[in-house]
Parts: sequence; C-alpha cells; structure tokens
Amino acid sequence: MRYSGIKVIKEALTGHKGWKPAWREPDPKPHYDIVIIGGGGHGLATAHYLAKVYKQKNIAVIEKGWIGGGNVGRNTTIIRSNYLLDGNEPFYEFSLKLWEGLEQDLNYNAMVSQRGIMNLIHSDAQRDAFVRRGNAMILNGADAEYLDEAQIRAEYPFLKFDDQRFPIKGGLAQRRGGTVRHDAVAWGYARSADNHGVDIIQNCEVTGFKIENGVCKGIETSRGFIGAGKVGCAVAGNSGRLMGMAGMRLPIESHVLQAFVSEGLKPVLPGVITFGAGHFYVSQSDKGGLVFGGDLDGYNSYAQRGNLPVVEDVCEGGMAIMPMIGRARLLRMWGGIMDMSMDGSPYIDKTHIEGLYFNGGWCYGGFKATPASGYTFAHLLANDAPHETATAYRLDRFKTGHMIDEKGQGNQPNLH
Amino acid sequence: MIINHPLLGPRDSAEFVYMGDASLIERPDPEAENAADQFHDYAYLRDNPAGELRELWFHEGGDRSWLVVTRDTRTHEISKVELARDVARSKGRSL
Repeated sequence: MRYSGIKVIKEALTGHKGWKPAWREPDPKPHYDIVIIGGGGHGLATAHYLAKVYKQKNIAVIEKGWIGGGNVGRNTTIIRSNYLLDGNEPFYEFSLKLWEGLEQDLNYNAMVSQRGIMNLIHSDAQRDAFVRRGNAMILNGADAEYLDEAQIRAEYPFLKFDDQRFPIKGGLAQRRGGTVRHDAVAWGYARSADNHGVDIIQNCEVTGFKIENGVCKGIETSRGFIGAGKVGCAVAGNSGRLMGMAGMRLPIESHVLQAFVSEGLKPVLPGVITFGAGHFYVSQSDKGGLVFGGDLDGYNSYAQRGNLPVVEDVCEGGMAIMPMIGRARLLRMWGGIMDMSMDGSPYIDKTHIEGLYFNGGWCYGGFKATPASGYTFAHLLANDAPHETATAYRLDRFKTGHMIDEKGQGNQPNLH
Repeated sequence: MIINHPLLGPRDSAEFVYMGDASLIERPDPEAENAADQFHDYAYLRDNPAGELRELWFHEGGDRSWLVVTRDTRTHEISKVELARDVARSKGRSL
C-alpha cells in the first residue's frame, strides 16, 4: 500500500524522503491508439474512463504545461445540476451522480462536499422561471426544492433581504450541489489514469496535426511527432487556437472570467449562494476563504487576468446581497480563459476530420461537468457514437437549428 | 482598458459594449447560392485568434458610435481605433 498510517509516521520520522510521485513521467511513444490533448480535468477524466470503463489500451494525455495548471485549478469549485433544457439536464445530473461516487471510484479524497447550492429569487417572474427549472430538474431525476423567504432567513440570516432593488423573495435550492477540492480532481484522475497504464506527458506542446486525405494520423509536438489512431482535444479556453491548427473555425470565442478569494475566516457560509440578478456568487472554502465571482469581463481575451471594472462590479454585487463580506479583505484574484460557445452549451463531438474528436465550449460551467465530460468523451472515442446523455452537444447544431440556449441570449458568447 | 476614440479622445472601455469580431461588418449576400451556409459561418463561427483581433465596440455610454478596435487578446494592448463607419465605407458597404 502506498499510503498508510504507519507510512505517514515513518516518513515523519525520516524527513519525508521516501514518498514516491503519484504518477510516472514517461517519454512519448511513437504511436498511441488514442491521444488526448489537454491534461486538465476533462482530459484526465477522459483518459481515466477510457482505460477503466471502456477498457481501451495504449492511451496518452499530452499537456503543454503541467497537469491541472489550467482551468481545473482556476475555477470556483462548484458542482450542481440545476439546468432547464433537455439537452443539458440529463448530462449534468449524470455528472453530479459521478461526483457522488468519485472518491470511491478514484480512491482519492477530492473533498466532495454536498453542502447545497441556492439560487436567490427577487421577483414573481423569477420565481416562476425558477419553479419551472426546479420541475425540469426533478423530471430528469435531480433534486430541487423551492424555499420561501422565511426558510432562507433561517438558513442564511446574514443576507440582505430588504434590498430596495433586489429584495430576497425565495430561492431554488439543490441540496446535492456543493463544492469539490478542484486540484484534487485533477490529481485523482491523473493517478488513476496512470495506474491504468495511461502515459501522462507533461511539458509537451502540440504544434500541429498531421492530416492526410481528411484523416488525422497524429500530432506534431515540441517533443516530436506522435502518431495516433484517434486524437481527442479537451483544451477548453484554447480550443480556438488548437483547432485552428487543424484548419477549423469553431462556434466559440475565448473570454476571461475573474474569480476572487478572501482571507480565511471561521465558518460563516454553510452552502453556495448565487445572486444572479447582481452577477455574484459565493461559497466558503474548507480553508475558510470566501470564494466568489461574477460575470465575464466581456471581451475576447487569452490573458489570464481581467480588468478593474468587473472587480468593482463583483464586489458591489457581494456588498448588495451579503453586506458582511465588506469586513473581509480580498486575498487573491485571478482570471481564467473560457471557451464561450454561441449558445452557452458545450460540444462533445466528432469533427469533419476522421480520427479527430472535439470536447470544448464549456463556457464557465466546465468544472462541474468534469466527470460526465470525461465519461461521455471517452464513450465517443471508444464507440464512435455519443453517450446517451451527450447527444445534443453537436458542433453542427447551429446549422440544424438545435441550439441549447439556457438563457435565450442568441449568438452573443459574452452574454451566456 | 482605455479606448482612444477617434472623435472623443481616450475613454474608459466600461462606457462601451463589446459586440464581437469586426468581420461581422461583412455580412454575406443573402441572394447567394449558398447563402444559408454563408450566414451560418457568419453568425456562428469565429477565428478567435490569440493575438491581434479587430473587433467592434459600441459606445453606448457616449456618442453611440461603433468603433473597430484592433487589440491584442494576449495583452489587451490596443494598437488602432477606427470608426466602424469608415471601415465599412472602405469596403464599399456604407454610404
């Protein structure tokens, strides 16, 4: 056994010099049956499910930096399945069910905490919309609960209920939602994939695809050519750049989303609160920091940092709904790059190039989708057919009129 | 970000609404044989470059003009600002 109480004591007494890395650092082989580009949560999850569930062999994950260094380490760690539309809700509920069994599946403590998520309601129209959404969730096997103002007061007495513009009138709760330690998700999937024989190749940047007569034969990388039977791309944020190397234009724009964490506080916030009307959401990490965020900056960006107007907007949202946040000091803030799709929903699909598969367009909802994204992408790669919960995530859906536009915003990626 | 408006001088980008890739100026010909395909590509597909991008900004909180801003998406550095009207005219698309 790699880890045990005795081992911890022994290592503590001998200077912690005997720990071994949790996964190998192999050199790339000349050819793999399946190559996954992107060593983030989705890519590593794809490799794990390909090897464990779909029994595929000879798999590699190619990562230009270090695994888990992208958006899986930059998000606000929330999991939930509170979607409305048929194309989305079964998929996200499948994901939430996978989260519930993730630690047993990986034998890794990912600190999955089902502390509940609450969407606040401020008007009759919003109540109608949220009740409808709650019913859609229940129809798809998820849990949803409508709470009135008194019930929310009992759980979250510190919120500002009597705001002039957005008084709190109720909320839609999903008790099974919550938070997960995001880095541990990447590490857990990586260790499991490695244990199943997947080569995780870090510091290996893809520089091009080898495409002959419409068939993808492999990838050019900073560490040489790697042949592949199938290539799966899971690099959300940079999908436009990567697929551009294959000559594809995507229904995606890359945008920057900022996130914030306060200094560590004693436990004050039991669950996740979303204040959609004020573009603000918040939870408290196990270390005590209030983790919060808001809207996109709104313009195309590949710089992993945003600008001050959005910082101000998010903090105003926080002060409006939870005035006590004004007493906490901001510890850190950062930005991550999102694949913003044209209808706010993702893509898990084959491309028009044989042997080249695409996973992306996660907007700012990629983290919660990690297990199902990996599972369904693995299914697609293994079977050449979509998983039953991911049939709607097609790249050609704008051509056929099957958009999955939860917010009804149309083709304005920065509004989703 | 500060956008150097050709008529008004330097303005805070918060006064503007971002309206996407400036290629949207080049609306396809609706009479064309393959107009449906062309409009699909026009409305839904993007180059999304990491680097220099020409994009539309609408000065909603100002003089309501549309600008074509050339900006580096890796650094947010703005290298050129033009009136969208002038750009459209140079392509023969506006009076």
